[in-house]
Amino acid sequence: MEQEKYAHLEKELSPKTPILKNVIRAFLTGGLICLIGQFIALFYITYFNFTERTASNPTVATMIFISMLLTGFGLYKKISQFGGAGAAVPITGFGNAVVSAAIEHKSEGYVLGVGGNMFKLAGSVILFGVFSAFVVALIKTLLVKFGVVSW
Amino acid sequence: MKNGNIIFKTMPSIHSTGVTAGPLEKKKSVFAQQFDKLYEDERCDLPTNEDGHRQLMYDAVMIALSKAKKSPEKIDILLTGDLVNQMTPSNFTAQALGIPYIGLFSACATSVSSMITAALFTDAQYANWIVAGSSSHHNAIERQFRYPLEYGSQKGATAQWTVTAAGAVLIGQNKPELPSIQCATIGKVVDMGMTDPLNMGSAMAPAAMSTLTNHLTGHGKTIDDYDTIITGDLGSNGFKILKALANESGLPHTKNFRDAGEEFYGKDPTFKAGASGSGCSAAVFFSDVYQKLCKGEYRRVLLIATGALLSPLSYQQGDTIPCIAHAIEITRDGVDTI
Amino acid sequence: MISIYITSFIVGGLICVIGQLLMDVAKLTPAHTLCTLVVTGSILDGFGWYEPLIDFAGAGATIPITSFGNALTHGALAEAEKHGLIGVVTGMFEVTSSGISAAIIFGLIGALIFTSKGNI
Repeated sequence: MEQEKYAHLEKELSPKTPILKNVIRAFLTGGLICLIGQFIALFYITYFNFTERTASNPTVATMIFISMLLTGFGLYKKISQFGGAGAAVPITGFGNAVVSAAIEHKSEGYVLGVGGNMFKLAGSVILFGVFSAFVVALIKTLLVKFGVVSW
Repeated sequence: MKNGNIIFKTMPSIHSTGVTAGPLEKKKSVFAQQFDKLYEDERCDLPTNEDGHRQLMYDAVMIALSKAKKSPEKIDILLTGDLVNQMTPSNFTAQALGIPYIGLFSACATSVSSMITAALFTDAQYANWIVAGSSSHHNAIERQFRYPLEYGSQKGATAQWTVTAAGAVLIGQNKPELPSIQCATIGKVVDMGMTDPLNMGSAMAPAAMSTLTNHLTGHGKTIDDYDTIITGDLGSNGFKILKALANESGLPHTKNFRDAGEEFYGKDPTFKAGASGSGCSAAVFFSDVYQKLCKGEYRRVLLIATGALLSPLSYQQGDTIPCIAHAIEITRDGVDTI
Repeated sequence: MISIYITSFIVGGLICVIGQLLMDVAKLTPAHTLCTLVVTGSILDGFGWYEPLIDFAGAGATIPITSFGNALTHGALAEAEKHGLIGVVTGMFEVTSSGISAAIIFGLIGALIFTSKGNI
């Protein structure tokens, strides 16, 4: 059987991705995580000296801390199985990627294992975040210099 | 030899088997009662996953030997494999056992490829006693092939769960009352251009079909000659596709087909399409199938272990998933039927 | 005040929906999906569109990974405004250090405390 014919048969028989179900679950999970973030921000604004702008920094750190606990107790993968991108896209998913890799590679030691592998999943996010920020900021700075746009 | 078809003239027998499995398998596998040893700890109370992996294989071999009242010194060759890089769990097992050793890699088809090789050595009278087998350990394999265990990635319905299990068989000269290896078919690598590592069943089904066809035509058999034709770890999706391919190629029916991967966790939907891993086929073939052969429930079976020959590297470089399936025919019908 | 909780839920949920569609429809791996979103966030800030979203949705815009791209660009632009081109490089982590430093610190602490489990 040729590959094309098989690909057709395989597609017909394999279960379809339940996109609508996944999307609804992603919406609910992601929305809920952001809502929790909003409450944590409120906490920092109310009890500490943060403004709505600056509260996002301690909020992000707190969310990553919670993510570490959930990851360590084996719960984050269950949330992800339910929520898909709803659990991967929030900063807690970034935390999960870093913490899970760190935990997993503990057996190779703290330098080669934890240190060397901590960012093996999340590293690409940092790379492309930093590089795209560099390109965007560079273009905008040059455009301002040449008077095309203003700050 | 033509098309990988082999006939074993002396019909080497399987004298004993040993199967070990992890704690999740103890709880969830429908075959748990038939396994010889089940662990409470996923690392077998050892520091790392790989150490636990090694222990699984070691214990499976020792159980098979103890059932036949043999000590490792009496064994001529050890033929085992697993999925960890460079098969270190098998290598360390061989070191601990002190048996002359060749490591074999056919991914999840190693259970059968090792039996075929063992039967060849026995048939050619180079060895009296050979231990063959394969193993996989969920934690060790998952982190190597996919993500860290605690990383949250959403698995689709076609994903399979790598089992923590090991199976070993002791193969020796023919003894008419024992299940014996009559013939085999060495598979060809089949690549249908599938690329999704979370849908291995689809990739492996054509390999299973190719080997099944080669075995039937090469040895002049029909599917009704077998009490069961059992594949290794196609999972529910791959198994469905195999049955569709069988219908398409004109086989009369598929009612005696089984798949170890689909059955392993009792079709529990939390395991998605079922089980996989080189310990999956080994554990089921060497427990459930072997015991049914011994009891006479099965007179003749065809074991087809399937393996996806990919690596994380080949996948990331955009390669397709080449697959293999090896078949071995085991019978209780005695030597005179050749 | 109540409305920020509703908008944070809805906007945060919708960004995740985009992520889910990238995975399920465009068949991207999780890593590719997250990189796409981060790059999108940083481009949006180049146009100055992400900050209004934060004003509108609060944590609904700051918690998704898109905010990481936004914060990197924002820091770079703020420094560039003060120091010119060199600020593009030096200001990058001005705003967003907390996410990465928290991930590193808690990653190591997590590794010290926990061991991974093959449960389901």
